[in-house]
Amino acid sequence: MTEMSGADMVVQALVDLGVDTVFGYPGGAVLPIYDALFKHPTIKHILVRHEQAATHAAEGYARSTGKPGVVLVTSGPGATNAVTGITDALLDSIPMVVLTGQVPTTLIGTDAFQECDTVGITRHCTKHNYLVMDPDRLGPILHEAFYIATHGRPGPVVIDIPKNVQVATGTYSIPNRIDHKSYRPQVDPDAEAIAAAIAMIAAAERPIFYTGGGVINAGPDASAALRQLVALTGAPVTSTLMGLGAFPADDDQWLGMLGMHGTYEANMAMNRADLIIAVGARFDDRVTGRLDAFSPDSKKIHIDIDRSSINKIVPVDLAVVGDAGRALDALIAAWADKGHKARDLGEWWRRIDGWRATRCLDFPEKKEDGAEIMPQRAVKALFDATRGMDPIITTEVGQHQMWAAQHFHFDSPNRWLTSGGLGTMGYGFPAAVGAQIAHPDRLVICIAGEASLQMNIQEMGTVSQYRLPVKIFILNNQWMGMVRQWQELTYESRYSNSYSDSLPDFVKLADAYGWTGLRIDTLGELADGIQTMLGTPGPVIVDCRVAQLANCFPMIPSGAAHTDMILQPNDIVGTMDDEAKALV
Amino acid sequence: MKITTEAGERHVLAVTVDNEAGILAKITGLFSARGYNIESLTVADISADHALSRITIVTSGPPAVIDQIIAQLDRLVPVHSVTDLADGGAHVEREIALVKVAGSGDKRIEALRMADVFRAKVVDTTLSSFIFEITGTSDKVDRFIALMRECGLVEVGRTGVVAIARGAEAV
Ligand SMILES: Cc1ncc(C[n+]2csc(CCOP(=O)(O)OP(=O)(O)O)c2C)c(N)n1
Ligand SMILES: [Mg+2]
Repeated sequence: MTEMSGADMVVQALVDLGVDTVFGYPGGAVLPIYDALFKHPTIKHILVRHEQAATHAAEGYARSTGKPGVVLVTSGPGATNAVTGITDALLDSIPMVVLTGQVPTTLIGTDAFQECDTVGITRHCTKHNYLVMDPDRLGPILHEAFYIATHGRPGPVVIDIPKNVQVATGTYSIPNRIDHKSYRPQVDPDAEAIAAAIAMIAAAERPIFYTGGGVINAGPDASAALRQLVALTGAPVTSTLMGLGAFPADDDQWLGMLGMHGTYEANMAMNRADLIIAVGARFDDRVTGRLDAFSPDSKKIHIDIDRSSINKIVPVDLAVVGDAGRALDALIAAWADKGHKARDLGEWWRRIDGWRATRCLDFPEKKEDGAEIMPQRAVKALFDATRGMDPIITTEVGQHQMWAAQHFHFDSPNRWLTSGGLGTMGYGFPAAVGAQIAHPDRLVICIAGEASLQMNIQEMGTVSQYRLPVKIFILNNQWMGMVRQWQELTYESRYSNSYSDSLPDFVKLADAYGWTGLRIDTLGELADGIQTMLGTPGPVIVDCRVAQLANCFPMIPSGAAHTDMILQPNDIVGTMDDEAKALV
Repeated sequence: MKITTEAGERHVLAVTVDNEAGILAKITGLFSARGYNIESLTVADISADHALSRITIVTSGPPAVIDQIIAQLDRLVPVHSVTDLADGGAHVEREIALVKVAGSGDKRIEALRMADVFRAKVVDTTLSSFIFEITGTSDKVDRFIALMRECGLVEVGRTGVVAIARGAEAV
């Protein structure tokens, strides 16, 4: 218990909580905290160029380290600019604590300069939020906020701190142990549920593991446990966009991603399975396709830390509430306990091999040096060139994101950072900044679309300031490709406002910020261009020109079942009925 | 294209929450954001140290939606418990209404007579008006108000439902 100013308490609490990095942007309502930071060199403050980028950088930091990301912004516009990243973190369950300045308590509610109702605005896009009216409460609230952000299903927590609370003094206290009065997520699974699950897994003839971001959030041990359980049972594995990396993509039991742009084999196996074991995945509409046709003949086990995810969209036969890692450990123990042996799943694997034989990720391309580059080829080349370098890959949102998910492969968690739930264009580049800050010596590449990149392109300045060797690899198709693809498929190619007009010269832009810029135009230049990027120290932007009108396949059109995948461009229809159009 | 919604049954939920600023906004916001119905909502602080509030929510929906509502409420940080009173067997429900009726002559006498049948109390009177206080299930209150419409009803205030499970146990 020590007497100090609110601002000093904030910084002291961050130190006590082991925070090493804060992403932020100053302003009037947080000047006391900035002054306290000035005196505390142990906390590194990364000055972004826009508060949205601070939140995505914090997400990139969090996803690549497993530790909570911390953001500091001013009141009013600082707080509202942070809202997109806060919402993104909520939907992808990323632990994050956002400190916002607020006008002094005496002015709250008067429409004061740079006042906004931050707790009101963020009430439904945070896991929890606080307005601190008393400096004595700051210590306990800060510690509690980190607890809530990181325990149970992780998520963003906002702490709104009026300026006079930062200036006033109070006593700083650290709660011994956070024993929250109402928030007590169940982390240990029920033994009965585990026993029932193991019996179902052992009896299944056509089982499949369907895993998601919950496995990544449960830490590297959970990924290791998943591998072990999958090996024991001999069952195939597919994963959501958020779960990529939890299971090694070069393993024979890996079927690739499932869902709208997932593989044919993953979606068919989900459809024909007699048992789905969902682990830390939430049956998102991008995954299930048409619900009444979703995996009609399977029993379903759902392991999730969030009870509200269970039976939300797809009714399941067995719910296991708990941490994914602990549940997987318990399943492994129960499997051994009961002396189960892997069943002969030969017939199941033969059917899966039949679906694999469609080679659904193949794409038509010209092979000569002067040919235009297919975007899939560019991703494959990038993957091949960085094998063994253990890169961290971030993406923006659009076709390039799906091509990256399909053709870039991971064998460990925390290497794949993408905005899944909110699908936020402008996420990828600042997320790469955050990941690079956390891992200064690693290779961090943002696979970007030319349109998305422009949503937070101002962060080039941040990268220059902190001398970060971030690489941006633009799949430049000169279109908002994903929008154009939907217009082609659903609106008879009426390309309303989806052309990326008036693009900057990215090479000159690189130059303007002191980066290295290079452009790749033809297939013959691809491999060398990538090598140049990898061999150039410091930040590099690669403007890789790719085929403009390529579409991302396979694809389950909205409102269609897993079995109705479009595999190739010539399967396309140019229109859709209103029911299908109404689906996002 | 038509947009259809599924019908459902009525449930009464008792929700115990931290008595803190913004909690009501959080709960009502959850209902509006996820498209759940609120038919009635009451809230008051219920503990000696003023730390806890009880919110009684009357909602309706198909069983899966009711389950979701409960799970969604339960995961809010300041929520201590959520109980579906229909689940635990019998419960008692009450609502209070203040009903103002104006008029003279036969209508006035009729109003008073019906209030007597419904055991409504007269809590204020002038030469040309009464205010009745009626307590009962929402259904009973509805019926009384419907009758008063014929007898010069001018204003109604209702509390919404409070409810509690029968028997010795607390939720
Ligand atoms: C902030 C935001 N606004 C709009 C969208 C809708 N949207 C999804 S993909 C996309 C186009 C992305 O274009 P680009 O970055 O060039 O990627 P491409 O699809 O061409 O690979 C748009 C506009 C979005 N996801 N996020
Ligand atoms: Mg594009």
